[in-house]
Amino acid sequence: MIKWQLGTVVELRPETPRVASLYLDVPDWPGHRAGQHVDVRLTADDGYQTERSYSIASAPEDRRLALTVERLEDGEVSPYLVGELRVGDKLELRGPIGGFFVWQATDDQAERPLLLVAGGSGIVPLMSMLRHRAAASRKPPACLLDSSRTLEDVIYVQELARLAAAGDGLSVHHTLTREKPSGWTGYTRRIDAAMVEDVAWPKDAMPAVFVCGPTSFVEAAAQLLVAMDYDPRWIKTERFGATGG
Amino acid sequence: MVDMTLDGNAIAGLLREIFAMEMTNALGTCGSCGAVNEVGRVEVYVHAPGTVVRCPSCEHVLMRIVRGRGKYWIDLSGVRCLEFAEA
Repeated sequence: MIKWQLGTVVELRPETPRVASLYLDVPDWPGHRAGQHVDVRLTADDGYQTERSYSIASAPEDRRLALTVERLEDGEVSPYLVGELRVGDKLELRGPIGGFFVWQATDDQAERPLLLVAGGSGIVPLMSMLRHRAAASRKPPACLLDSSRTLEDVIYVQELARLAAAGDGLSVHHTLTREKPSGWTGYTRRIDAAMVEDVAWPKDAMPAVFVCGPTSFVEAAAQLLVAMDYDPRWIKTERFGATGG
Repeated sequence: MVDMTLDGNAIAGLLREIFAMEMTNALGTCGSCGAVNEVGRVEVYVHAPGTVVRCPSCEHVLMRIVRGRGKYWIDLSGVRCLEFAEA
């Protein structure tokens, strides 16, 4: 049985108007792999409890555990985490959880190019992978295709630019589905075959693919990649659902 | 309806309450169509009373898990076999 434990919030960092990263000090954290998540449990004064899963954003190499949370106005948990939680507060969590949607630079699979496809806050576990890759001695070529509604909604925009500028084989491509800001040179449409052909490898390169985002986004992206003849066994997906909380 | 669907990653924590191992890499054989998929790839519905897990190939119900009143009720009759590595 995996135990609940308390973490202390040591930093809150706004990422977009609706998204923030929570940096936690968790005593005896057993370590994690990039792509895993934690379950967070809130308990009300009357004893009512509710749980949600949040992807870990930090790399295994990072000293502090970071979660990045999108505030959903009708949610039960996220409006507390993004809006009410303060530095010094305690948060009940258990983890790390999951083992399927995981990428490790030391695995045999890490020889393959890494294609990461993110919809909105689906970037979070993929960012853990990119931070892990940046810290790893062995770096396969990597490509991030990141779909956001507007420029203001792009999570980690500056850090992604820095990682891409390191010149270590990572390319980062943004697409905006709801606006075209003046001077914007990136894509402004939903992810499609032409976009994947532009930025990623042909199927013969057999990339390891990770797709994360809202359910409809993940279904569309996975179907697209399968239709482009990417090997389904090498496409791993994680769905957030339409709501959550 | 498609947006109600989650996948096996979403119940990794719940399955860790029940099984001694991390289960999303376990291979499950569908009792109806025989498809073998990692638990991370199955379809999961958490809006039903309890959690319903369906085969991603044929949508047959693989598992039903209900937790409440201090108990678990687990119906695994739709899974022919679960295969996973020793810790």
